[in-house]
Amino acid sequence: MTESYVVAIDQGTTSTRCIVFDRRGQLVSLAQQEHKQYFPKPGWVEHDALEIWRNVERLGPEALRRAGITESQVAAVGIANQRETTVVWDRVTGRPVGHAIVWQDTRTDTLVNRLARAPGADAVHERSALPLATYFSGPRVRWMLDRTPGLRERAERGEVLFGTMETWLIWKLTGGLHVTDVTNASRTMLLDVHTLDWSPESLAFFGIPREMLPEVRPSVGVFGTARSAFPGVRIGAALGDQQAALFGQTCFTPGEAKCTYGTGSFLLLNTGAELVRSTHGLLSTVAYQIDGEPAAYALEGSIAITGSLVQWFRDQLELIASAPEIETLARTVADNGGCYIVPAFSGLFAPHWRSEARGVVVGLTSYITKGHLARAVLEATAWQIREVVDAMNADSGLTLKTLKVDGGMTADNLLMQFQADVLDVPVVRPLASETVSLGAAYAAGLAVGYWPDLEGLRQNWHRAAQWLPTMDSALRDREYGNWKRAVSRTLDWIEPS
Amino acid sequence: MPGTVQSIERAAAVLRLLAGGTGRLTLGDIAHSLDLAKGTTHGILRTLKAVGFVEQDRVSGHYQLGAAVLRLGTSFLDINELRSRSINWADPLAARSGEAVRIGTVLDGEVLVVHHVFRPDDTFQTLEVGALLPLHATALGKALLAYSAAGAHPAPDLDRFTHRTLVTARALSTELNHIRTVGHSVEVEEFTPGEAAVAAPIRGHGGLVVGAIGISGHVERVCDTHYQPHPRLVAYVRDAARAVSRDLTAAER
Ligand SMILES: Nc1ncnc2c1ncn2[C@@H]1O[C@H](COP(=O)(O)OP(=O)(O)OP(=O)(O)O)[C@@H](O)[C@H]1O
Ligand SMILES: [Mg+2]
Repeated sequence: MTESYVVAIDQGTTSTRCIVFDRRGQLVSLAQQEHKQYFPKPGWVEHDALEIWRNVERLGPEALRRAGITESQVAAVGIANQRETTVVWDRVTGRPVGHAIVWQDTRTDTLVNRLARAPGADAVHERSALPLATYFSGPRVRWMLDRTPGLRERAERGEVLFGTMETWLIWKLTGGLHVTDVTNASRTMLLDVHTLDWSPESLAFFGIPREMLPEVRPSVGVFGTARSAFPGVRIGAALGDQQAALFGQTCFTPGEAKCTYGTGSFLLLNTGAELVRSTHGLLSTVAYQIDGEPAAYALEGSIAITGSLVQWFRDQLELIASAPEIETLARTVADNGGCYIVPAFSGLFAPHWRSEARGVVVGLTSYITKGHLARAVLEATAWQIREVVDAMNADSGLTLKTLKVDGGMTADNLLMQFQADVLDVPVVRPLASETVSLGAAYAAGLAVGYWPDLEGLRQNWHRAAQWLPTMDSALRDREYGNWKRAVSRTLDWIEPS
Repeated sequence: MPGTVQSIERAAAVLRLLAGGTGRLTLGDIAHSLDLAKGTTHGILRTLKAVGFVEQDRVSGHYQLGAAVLRLGTSFLDINELRSRSINWADPLAARSGEAVRIGTVLDGEVLVVHHVFRPDDTFQTLEVGALLPLHATALGKALLAYSAAGAHPAPDLDRFTHRTLVTARALSTELNHIRTVGHSVEVEEFTPGEAAVAAPIRGHGGLVVGAIGISGHVERVCDTHYQPHPRLVAYVRDAARAVSRDLTAAER
């Protein structure tokens, strides 16, 4: 009998990966490619959905080739994707209408302010469990309908379709299946998080025709069969990347949490069948839904800019040649020299939700070197996580005892040690840093019976590294105080228009 | 001179000139000294600048030897980059072998541990990134030595850690020859009694060895009764080393 495998597509903000996993959940091969980021105006971020599709089409076969396997050995493919990024395309030609608008894009800020004052805004918040913010896809669809001549009429006639990235990819993979999963749908503001279907009232509020929306499906269950990239292979799962990482970290029990450090960073706490509403600036979101079972929910602390601050340091300031060199540069100095960077590039997300905030570098003196700036870049990530952990502790009434981490930035030992220091709890990395992909693979494998149950997946989780806190508490308190003062300097920067 | 490359000869001459001079030289000085056209000289200087062998003063435009020439013997790949690029392959190695994984590079005559994955049994273990290990007494160190210039002439007096440590230059030389033949290194109770390890070199651009990756654990688990490492484990280590090398030299992943 030939060995079989599960493949994950991780369609991220900066790159797309295709990863082949074996039965033990270990990475067998990986193919990855970055795609172009378009910044046409300050605050605008776009992707070319066709470029992304072509990458998937190429990376899939490439990953199989590197693993030395064929489609017949692939039990299922799972999709994890950057969330809230909005694609609209023509049903007949398959051509996207303009670029995809990325989750970091803030062009809808005026629209969002206006909608927030409109009647029914509270009810939308109630049904979606999300605050009205530029982060989510609903306002983006509305923006496109308003700004593109004739688009609304075409949408009403069902000639153009809306989707987040997984919807777009499944549509391309299957040759026309228009579906989404509950986790991605829960990031649009259009879903009723209790019925797990589109809310007619919310659609009316945003003025979005039902005809352009995909069908909402459970995250774990067979969506269809791929015709291209992986011909003949079943698509067993689709989840938002952060929910996929929660799944990959096997946080299946209420109270289990993980934090993923990529372009942004996201702390998710499984709250089980109960939807918990935050009073401290977190989001409530669908964690996953296995076909035929009730959905599991999560509390989420979303931070827009963490790894992308390192990328900004590399690409815009050109102070380093590669992201990992930030650690080398940061280690040339002993501390931040009194310098703090608050990367409110897209406003501040959790727990502040201040879209008018913009980034600051504070504490500059002639003493500050690029080494201090590098430290401040890394520390910014750790302090932002501290803020959402505090919020999570306050919301759940529990105190986080260890932090399970994953994502590209966990290769940074200086950052991970600092994270343990500022949280004053151990930070633990599992034996799989690509947990987004692993979660998509787990979910797809479960759907087709490649893995029997959640408990079996748990057995695959092992500790690969651990950082223990060593920072003196007085120093921690003082630094946190400085960080909070730095955050206050970012607020009220963009004046209302 | 048949069989030689003219531009490399000229580059070598530029480096000798910069190394011999006391101060910094202008483009004109260099071109004049070597009797070369300014355009040719500029091309050579620009290339040498790109690889870090030459530096140019931003204000005066004068040239001098670059820091990379002085550090020619040490690693040119940033250690944090090496960790980032290998993390995806170190994890499966630990999972498949059931042993702890370390990645090391040479730093001032020792092995610097740049990455460490715990043995996947969820027992308490401490992260050893930043630790220094002896080159001659560890599998990682021997894999690094075997492919470095330092390995060609081991130091005459080597520290003894156990009765199995190779302490003579001759014994070590023989061992390094063997490693170059088979392509991986083995350590059996040479550093710590009861511990064995297997390692293989990680190659960067041009085939240059930039690090080594290996597993280590109890000798009874890693080796058979003849103190030979299990072939299965050796294969895992070599596969991981090859995967990291491929990633490092690929234009894209
Ligand atoms: N050693 C490092 N130190 C600090 N930051 C790093 C390091 N290595 C990578 N990064 C940062 O981590 C990010 C990459 O992590 P990862 O690959 O998990 O993100 P990603 O999955 O590509 O993000 P997305 O899914 O949003 O595209 C980049 O933003 C990069 O700047
Ligand atoms: Mg990602």
